[in-house]
Amino acid sequence: MNITEKILAKASGKKTVHPREIVDANVDMVMVHDLTGPLAVEAFKKIGVQKVWDNQKVVVILDHQVPAESVKAAELHKTMRQFAKDQKLRIYDVGRGGICHQVMPEKGHVVPGTVIVGADSHTCTYGAFGAFATGIGSTEAAAVFATGKIWLKVPEAIKVNVTGQFQKYVTPKDLILSIIGRMGVDGAIYKSAEFTGPTIKSMSMAGRMTLCNMAVEMGAKNGIVEPDETTRKFLEGRTSKALPNFESLKSDKDAVYERTMQFDVSSMEPQVACPSSVDNVKPVSEVGNVPIEQAFIGSCTNGRIEDLRLAAQVLKGERVKDTVRTLVIPASQEVYRQALNEGLMEIFTDAGAMVCGSACGPCLGGHIGLLAAGEVCVSTSNRNFIGRMGSTQASVYLASPATVAASAVTGKITDPRKLEAKA
Amino acid sequence: MNMKIKGKVIKFGNNIDTDVILPGKYLILVDPYELAKHALESLDPAFPEKAKKGVILVGGKNFGCGSSREQAPLALKYTGVKCVLAESFARIFFRNAINIGLPVIECKGISDAVETGDELSVDFEAGKIENISRGKSFQANKLPPLILEILSDGGLIENLRRRINKK
Repeated sequence: MNITEKILAKASGKKTVHPREIVDANVDMVMVHDLTGPLAVEAFKKIGVQKVWDNQKVVVILDHQVPAESVKAAELHKTMRQFAKDQKLRIYDVGRGGICHQVMPEKGHVVPGTVIVGADSHTCTYGAFGAFATGIGSTEAAAVFATGKIWLKVPEAIKVNVTGQFQKYVTPKDLILSIIGRMGVDGAIYKSAEFTGPTIKSMSMAGRMTLCNMAVEMGAKNGIVEPDETTRKFLEGRTSKALPNFESLKSDKDAVYERTMQFDVSSMEPQVACPSSVDNVKPVSEVGNVPIEQAFIGSCTNGRIEDLRLAAQVLKGERVKDTVRTLVIPASQEVYRQALNEGLMEIFTDAGAMVCGSACGPCLGGHIGLLAAGEVCVSTSNRNFIGRMGSTQASVYLASPATVAASAVTGKITDPRKLEAKA
Repeated sequence: MNMKIKGKVIKFGNNIDTDVILPGKYLILVDPYELAKHALESLDPAFPEKAKKGVILVGGKNFGCGSSREQAPLALKYTGVKCVLAESFARIFFRNAINIGLPVIECKGISDAVETGDELSVDFEAGKIENISRGKSFQANKLPPLILEILSDGGLIENLRRRINKK
């Protein structure tokens, strides 16, 4: 079996499972946020059970409309606070957490080998830790609240084998954009994407999280990486739960894959996903002259300390162009604090960027930093759909923190390596 | 829920994402009828009006890709969409639709075989789709018994209530 199959077999009390088999899996952790939680609460109340199945396994994180930008959002937050209080659930409120997919692993809620579901499509991020993690809707989250179980179809798996060493300013974001560009937005639909190979083994948790985070953008049910010493190091001091033997979370030599894809990053250049589809991916040299009005560095895809360091490296001693507004949003309070300690905030503010509080921000066009008709934003986030970040007449380009920072300086989409060469 | 329906088609293309079905800025709305007013407005502002009398939505590949927002299928359901037929669905949208009692069926070849305005009849149990306007019928991927049961109960919550009460 491959790692995903092993986790699903264990969770459903079976010795083995096969692709396309439907299993009834025990859930180890379920997460809802402020935009999916209220519907889940409403649905839960209709089921007719009084208490969630296990209050240690339900987490509420307020991150989308944070802090509340409207009375309506404030009401949603109030609903979630009350539910957490009534059910005695762990809640990460304004100023105590940050973006759900950063907070979940940071606070030790993600353990290798477990089944985690979340009412957010980017829940697949936790696959970076060798967990089976997938997004669900609100009603389904309510059903998990009540039963602790979920039916899942065992996915067929695609092995993504990555070799080579990244050039300077080429990042895991460029790799995942390149993968999605080749696979297409429905290339892994219903399937598991298993990232493996020497490049993944030497990659930081931040990089692995970026890869698994965007697995859903090619339709995948989950993205996953075998846990190793890098995983253990990250989790040390974060979780009090016993870690499983990582040897039991390796794919067998005879594990079955629907197909294997090879990627060599050695000669890869920075990649950009052009409007309005995540698979409309081009190397930055082929994007052409694209002036921008906004640059956004943050989100559950690229708001980690490693991402901010990279952006700061590019922005240090530079000024963002007068015609560009630059938003930097650390993914969590912890990342925010770390960035402060390292002096990154000074670099951002000196460069003329605005640093905002840890939250989802402009990524989903619900809160701050929305775009007007005809405006262009280059963003480290995960989706560039029509209307995603505001006006349906605005355009969103997706890129790495280095590319976005370089573009903020020049005012047009720019290869970070060229900016450096000029300086 | 009625497991056989008839209705007129409104057709869209490939990769209709949930941001297009219901933009993020409306996720703070709670009333499903309010959500419905904005369904698919970025592609066709008149869609809610057109769908009012009850329509069958037909899509291409990867219908409902993107965000896990259940407000997307909810908005469609409360606009008047009776069911969605597509070449393939994004998995979270597929589950969400079933869970709120909006039937969705995968049917290869459907997007080339129907046009907006065609009248279809759909039998969910048999997985049979008939294009009454063109006198053609199709066999779709049959829904597994587990899903048919959820649909016939009207959604996952109703299904769960029935199962819990039975215990």
